Amino acid sequence: MSVLIYTENADGKFKKSTFEAVSYARAIADQNNTNLVAISIGDVSNEELTALGKYGADKILNVSNAKLKNFINQAYASVIAEAAKKQGADVVVLSNSFSGRGLAPRIAVKLEAGLADGAVSLPDQTGGKFIVKKTAFSGKAFAMVELTSANKVIALIPNSYKVVEKNTTAKIEDFSVEGNASDFKAMIKEIVRSTDKVSLPDADIVVSGGRGLKGPENWGMVEELAGLLGAALACSKPVSDNGWRPHSEHVGQTGIAVSPNLYIAIGISGAIQHLAGVSSSKVIVVINKDPEAPFFKVADYGIVGDAFEVVPKLIAAVKEYKASA
Amino acid sequence: MKILVCISNVPDTTTKITFTNNNTEFNTNGVQFILNPYDEIALARAIELTDGGNGTVTVINVGEASTEPTIRKALAIGATDAVRVNAKPHDAWYVAYQVAQYIKANPFDLILTGRESIDYNGSKVASMVGELLDLPSVSIIKKLDIEGDKVTVEREIEGGKEVLTIPLPIVAGTAEGVAEPKIPNMRGIMSARTKPLTVIEPVDVKTFSEIISYETPAPRGQVKLIPADDTAKLVDLLHEEARVI
Ligand SMILES: Cc1cc2nc3c(=O)[nH]c(=O)nc-3n(C[C@H](O)[C@H](O)[C@H](O)COP(=O)(O)OP(=O)(O)OC[C@H]3O[C@@H](n4cnc5c(N)ncnc54)[C@H](O)[C@@H]3O)c2cc1C
Ligand SMILES: Nc1ncnc2c1ncn2[C@@H]1O[C@H](COP(=O)(O)O)[C@@H](O)[C@H]1O
Repeated sequence: MSVLIYTENADGKFKKSTFEAVSYARAIADQNNTNLVAISIGDVSNEELTALGKYGADKILNVSNAKLKNFINQAYASVIAEAAKKQGADVVVLSNSFSGRGLAPRIAVKLEAGLADGAVSLPDQTGGKFIVKKTAFSGKAFAMVELTSANKVIALIPNSYKVVEKNTTAKIEDFSVEGNASDFKAMIKEIVRSTDKVSLPDADIVVSGGRGLKGPENWGMVEELAGLLGAALACSKPVSDNGWRPHSEHVGQTGIAVSPNLYIAIGISGAIQHLAGVSSSKVIVVINKDPEAPFFKVADYGIVGDAFEVVPKLIAAVKEYKASA
Repeated sequence: MKILVCISNVPDTTTKITFTNNNTEFNTNGVQFILNPYDEIALARAIELTDGGNGTVTVINVGEASTEPTIRKALAIGATDAVRVNAKPHDAWYVAYQVAQYIKANPFDLILTGRESIDYNGSKVASMVGELLDLPSVSIIKKLDIEGDKVTVEREIEGGKEVLTIPLPIVAGTAEGVAEPKIPNMRGIMSARTKPLTVIEPVDVKTFSEIISYETPAPRGQVKLIPADDTAKLVDLLHEEARVI
């Protein structure tokens, strides 16, 4: 037996969430005294691949087949399931990213494996069981799920497991597979990825704006603050419903769920549906002019005040801090 | 064009989630159940695509009789007919298996699900149905258009989007942007009562996961309030105390 980790890349580079998943998979391998095999698919340089060893991979299978350069979940699932079979891996780990969510269920079906999606901590294997804690009810609760099958697939939520560096090196092997013809029906026409913005689901810091900001013309200061902190932008649902910001920034129960280290909410009341998607943030800062705003009840730090006065002052304070750091 | 929309019956978004029986069961006491918000989007898009008699929209739910009000709501919004697989939806795999069995016997051109159910949030059913039927699946889409026998979808990726063209049939999970949810009108509500709702029995299938118990997040401590004119203090606390910047 062994553990297989699928290491997702974006344009040939691994993201922090990938390293988190490798560290997590390493810990599972350690729990079972077994080795960790990583599989990378696409156009990833050897230098980049070698970095996986730093997080505990013993071996790296590199699939560089041109047909598989871009992500097609159906084809990638075939490749990963085949690698799992060939390596005798009974646990497959991947990141619960947008792509991971389209991939993990297909792998689970192929391997007849129980799937723990949205995992937030290491499996509890006491007494020969395999129980994983996962988010449920849109972040309002957690469920402990027991995987009862021989094979298991786990999709780990970004920012829920810390990257652990190890002093190991991994050997890279080419792994070639064809995939089935029916796997390649989907054609990618276009990939648009903004490189200047921090991606919301993986961000360490998120700066979020609500209806209290009055209109899209007032987002300049929100963007400036986010830029200074290296943060991703987010918003409440009415903000994206009004077209002030794109839907991809809407967080909450019916938007993206985030769990950054720091979530700064500006002019957001803190409705239950909004809190569902952000309450697992480690530290929450709320800026709201209404001291009765429900958001203050779940905040760590709060400023009661008008965003149009507080945010520019906060920007100045962050600049000062940066200059002195 | 024959479209199948998978619908789930979930607690209303305002529900405060609590558990009973030593945290092993979701407390449904006083909870109102609704059509999953993402499934409303799928349904709305299906109705748009078949508008003016250009096909049919069937909704399917794996659930016990208690889900029928939600199924009737989907009919009132504009689905042509409905199927209920008479079983407790044990997990996404169980649901996907039942749905895939139904599709094998009754093929569709397009199968839509919501991006995720707001109770168990797996985003799993679409991909599992796709895998079971060896069909392409796209799990989180923001846009869907059909031209001839091809479908063009826009998929969400971190920090961007991806556009794919795929020959029908496919399975896709819809998110915001695909369509605006529709509100049933009086005529819809009246006609929903007489639209066909077929109940079928589930097929036996082995399952691979069990929910053992639940937990609610630990409550946060008291908020520390900082005077509005002392933003430097906030920055200081975030750096020194919280260590997040
Ligand atoms: C089915 C369903 C699903 C939903 N899903 C989501 C979801 O996923 N995400 C989500 O966010 N919402 C969701 N909602 C909506 C949710 O119920 C709230 O309506 C929404 O979160 C409110 O957004 P808001 O806080 O930006 O606006 P408001 O509630 O209008 O709050 C604005 C806040 O700004 C403050 N304010 C005003 N002016 C200033 C100022 N000058 N300076 C500082 N503060 C100011 C006000 O005191 C107020 O607290 C959902 C609703 C439903 C019915
Ligand atoms: N019991 C069910 N019956 C029919 N469809 C379902 C059921 N549960 C979930 N689905 C569909 O699958 C989607 C994703 O659910 P999930 O994989 O649980 O996040 C939902 O948006 C529904 O479209």
